Amino acid sequence: MYIYDQYDQKLVDERVEQYRDQTKRYLDGQISDEEFLPLRLQNGLYVQRLAPMLRIAVPYGLMSSRQVRKIADISRTYDKGYVHFTTRQNIQLNWPVLEEVPDILAELASVEMHAIQTSGNCIRNTTTDQFAGVASDEIEDPRPWCEIIRQWSTLHPEFAFLPRKFKIAVCGSEEDRAAFLLHDIGLQLVKNDSGETGFHVFVGGGLGRTPVIASSVREFLPKEHLLTYLDAILRVYNRYGNRDNKYKARIKILVRAWTPEVFAERVEAEWEHLKNGPATLNGNEIERVKGFFTAPDYQTLDDASAEAQLQTLASENKAFSRWLDRNIRAQKQAGYSSVTLSLKPAGVAPGDVTDRQLDIIADLADRFSFGEIRTTHNQNIVLADVLKSELFELWQQAKSAGLATPNIGTINDMICCPGGDYCSLANAKSIPVAEAIQRKFDDLDYVYDLGDLELNISGCMNACGHHHIGHIGILGVDKKGEEWYQIQLGGSANKDAALAKVLGRSLSRDAVVDSIEKLLDVYVENRLDQESFLNTYQRIGIEKFKERVYAPAS
Amino acid sequence: MHQHPKQILKDGVVVDNSWQVVAADADSLPSGDILVPIAFWQENQQQLADHSGNVGVWVDGHGEVEEFANSITTVPVIAINFPKFVDGRGFSLARLLRERYGYIGEIRAVGQFIRDQLFMMQRCGFNAFQFDSEIDLAAACKSLNDFSDAYQVAADQPEPLFKRHR
Repeated sequence: MYIYDQYDQKLVDERVEQYRDQTKRYLDGQISDEEFLPLRLQNGLYVQRLAPMLRIAVPYGLMSSRQVRKIADISRTYDKGYVHFTTRQNIQLNWPVLEEVPDILAELASVEMHAIQTSGNCIRNTTTDQFAGVASDEIEDPRPWCEIIRQWSTLHPEFAFLPRKFKIAVCGSEEDRAAFLLHDIGLQLVKNDSGETGFHVFVGGGLGRTPVIASSVREFLPKEHLLTYLDAILRVYNRYGNRDNKYKARIKILVRAWTPEVFAERVEAEWEHLKNGPATLNGNEIERVKGFFTAPDYQTLDDASAEAQLQTLASENKAFSRWLDRNIRAQKQAGYSSVTLSLKPAGVAPGDVTDRQLDIIADLADRFSFGEIRTTHNQNIVLADVLKSELFELWQQAKSAGLATPNIGTINDMICCPGGDYCSLANAKSIPVAEAIQRKFDDLDYVYDLGDLELNISGCMNACGHHHIGHIGILGVDKKGEEWYQIQLGGSANKDAALAKVLGRSLSRDAVVDSIEKLLDVYVENRLDQESFLNTYQRIGIEKFKERVYAPAS
Repeated sequence: MHQHPKQILKDGVVVDNSWQVVAADADSLPSGDILVPIAFWQENQQQLADHSGNVGVWVDGHGEVEEFANSITTVPVIAINFPKFVDGRGFSLARLLRERYGYIGEIRAVGQFIRDQLFMMQRCGFNAFQFDSEIDLAAACKSLNDFSDAYQVAADQPEPLFKRHR
């Protein structure tokens, strides 16, 4: 993974001191609340319903075991001993004290981490595929490009006060695991006819109040032009994005107002001035950054015999077999697998882990995955590069730490925002809904029979829980001061990206779980062969689901 | 915006200010050095040629720089007005004046901006800061040096960090 040099380190150290001074001046009354707001947000600090919340950047979801241990330590020293993994691959502390945030940032800087631009109207953490570097369908490893973008976007002097937040994702594979079409900029790594790497550039995707799938603005951008082209897009947006109404301020609204064609023309016109300028990447820098993402020291292994051993163990142990089925993914290196540690056991808020679990995750990474972990936008943890011959041992250790719930990709692996329990924006609670669903669907045979199913829960229309792209989406709404829930169907974040449709009128919390069960009944009754919930929905449409859920009680 | 503060920050030090901002709706010109609205500049060239003091212009951060840049490259001061401190359009405008139109005179921030933006504003080409509120200018100076280096190309640095150090 990327390792800071003296310039990277000095910048985060200076950032800590800048914010320490800002916090002091704020507490001394020299900075107003209004002025302090963007300063603290751009250092990750929200003021929430119960306490401040600090969002820590995990650039493109990659962390070392040393960093994970530091997070554990911070959560013990400065918080209540647990942290939350977010849908943007970041980490949140729920109970920090405003006065201590500069010290927390200094602790982070000591392990090459920060909270820069994790919030506010600026360029946020760039995200990518949690299986980068090990996915068999990869065109090119997206992580060096994410790091190049991270450096370019960090304290970019021109784009710190954009009309609204700005999110970039990079997809390096055939299958999309980064939801890149739902970002302000989605970059898809492609090769041209001569085999040269470039980017297919999409702009204007996003969730929130007005969910939109991004539009293509350039089919092939040669790699060396990445930063000048991003500068051009951001400059056009900074100058012409709507600043009068925060609900119309995302770049998607500008792209739609101008049409994607006109937007692309404006960007090209701006880019003409920047193209081949000094910010153009050179081979030296690209190779330097790529040099940090080289393959670990793989052994040459006989995959067939490792696989045979695994099958023997699986046949003797049903629980292990289930875990293999759901939580293990093949990777392109023979004899190795990627393991997803589930952060979704029933009874725990999705994405939450304790300090003790973090220490164990760090130990597991050191023991089994070359000391690296990856966070996922589904709010789980991935350990890549695990020897197949060591999966059983890993499973036993993960299981005793509560990290081996065999539910990845099932209805119980839901994406869920912190909701009304924590967030001051939320209309409704989301964590109790997630828990009620997990408690209801606790029969593993039934859950496995349902197969791949993405259920996403947001406590309000800001859509942090990505409800628009769940096969089943649940949205908390406020009706005359009461918490109600709207159900949506048919969303997808993959290559066939689609936004979910509203099923019908919203439901009380008591009715949500029963209604989900009815939806699943309709699926089970109507599916053909191995058809997934999403495919069944796409084939039969929304009506049958609607009829069942809203049928009068007989 | 404050029309005539006694002192401003310029080139990293506190200096006396001789320039007076002429409001968009003013019906007469004060004597001395003046910063006039860009529209007034474009429409009253003769009157301004006869003005006894120096003449500069001020523009809003969202001004269409392409429409007026070539007509003002020789004025001694261009002030960029921030209607709100979170309105970042003035950052792009300053960079365009410096990097695209080659403006080498003073670029002065006026209106609503805050001390904690100075480092980035300076990077975008601002070299003078006229605060609306009474603040300790000498202390504010420190914010110009919040960071010792930066990754990106900008008005103050023609080469990215990766070409200078790596």
